[in-house]
Amino acid sequence: MVPPLLEVTGLSCRRGGRPVFDRLSFGLGAGELLALTGRNGSGKTSLLRALAGLTPPEAGTVAWQGVDVAEDPETWRGRLAWLGHLEGLKGDLTVIENLAVAERLRGGEAGDRLDGALVALDLTGLAAREVRTLSAGQRRRTALARVVLSQAPLWLLDEPLNALDAPAQAAFRTALQAHLAAGGLAIAATHAELGIEGRSLELGPTLSSTSPPLGGEEHDGDVA
Amino acid sequence: MSGFTTLLMRDLRLVLRRPGDVGVVLAFFVVATVLFPLGIGPETNVLARIAAGVLWCAALFAALLSLERLFAADYEDGTLDLLLLAPWPLELAALAKCLAHWIVTGLPLSLLAPVLGVAFGLDGQSLLALGATLLVGTPTLSLIGGLAAALTLGARKSGALLALLALPLCVPTLIFGAGAIETLAAGDGIVTHVAILAALALVALATTPWAIAAALRQAGE
Repeated sequence: MVPPLLEVTGLSCRRGGRPVFDRLSFGLGAGELLALTGRNGSGKTSLLRALAGLTPPEAGTVAWQGVDVAEDPETWRGRLAWLGHLEGLKGDLTVIENLAVAERLRGGEAGDRLDGALVALDLTGLAAREVRTLSAGQRRRTALARVVLSQAPLWLLDEPLNALDAPAQAAFRTALQAHLAAGGLAIAATHAELGIEGRSLELGPTLSSTSPPLGGEEHDGDVA
Repeated sequence: MSGFTTLLMRDLRLVLRRPGDVGVVLAFFVVATVLFPLGIGPETNVLARIAAGVLWCAALFAALLSLERLFAADYEDGTLDLLLLAPWPLELAALAKCLAHWIVTGLPLSLLAPVLGVAFGLDGQSLLALGATLLVGTPTLSLIGGLAAALTLGARKSGALLALLALPLCVPTLIFGAGAIETLAAGDGIVTHVAILAALALVALATTPWAIAAALRQAGE
């Protein structure tokens, strides 16, 4: 059996002294999508941040191709494309400037791929607009275009469908499917249905500080 | 283009898009210093003696004025996460941000100060010395201020807290910066003072980027 590209073992996280998730383990292979579901406050965002290395986990390891990512965080960060709650865009820069700068900050050069990313999220007409003049959905599309542009093998997405209208959701789905078909991995925290075949991981509720932390319950199946 | 230059150019471009932000800082510097001759009166002896101290203090306050937004803007729009996740050292990103801050505040303040020094009746040699000491000393202010800005990230009333943190740390730079002009008036050279200012800047350069990066990682958690 081929070991999964991404292997999470016994990951635990505390926020403000409260356990968010405890001893979480899962693996993800090339071309696989993992949808994180669960109530508000169940730790979806915390899990994404822990995976990215933004918050040090209390216990557990994240391994990529069998190597603990904590050994070489810079290489690990280079493998990630991140979409958080906040878009990470500069309002005073245009769409195309934002994308080009973000790609260079990742150490790459956008070049010809820039047009492809703009087309993928239907942003061609907005390319020269300053981001602060855009609507919430258009900003979200710009942030998603940044993820598409990155060519990173692992996408970490926090509520990617937020504020997107139906055509934009379809465009995002197409881009995500292309990413998965090319052997990429994606982990998306979501309330809405992604509409793509994939696995899902339901994070346990942490209703009060006294309730025991529930580990993640993983089940294979269709997210949609 | 490396991440460092990309970030530097991005911050400079952002300032160019909103030149008013820098304009306010420079205008504050001008107004604050010009108030002293008006308040104290036209006694050239007194004015020339306090000129260096006043200009140095005003430059310090003006630099602090713009520091509050140094990391806060990135923190609020989520670009800080992208810097934290960039595949190159965060210490370099911290340095790029401080360098951008110095280029848009420290540098123009250093060039503007000798012009304002004329209003205090400073002689030509003192004006040159003033510009030179500010040029060597202001990078320290940007670096120490950057650290204070990173430490106060996400705090309420971060502006006041930032000043409380940064001002005491800037005292050595202030003493040797303003002291240089006095030594010059006493007939000695300013080489020692400039050398000490440069040493302070190098110490700040060698320490603050790591401290800023650590503070930013904390803020990102």
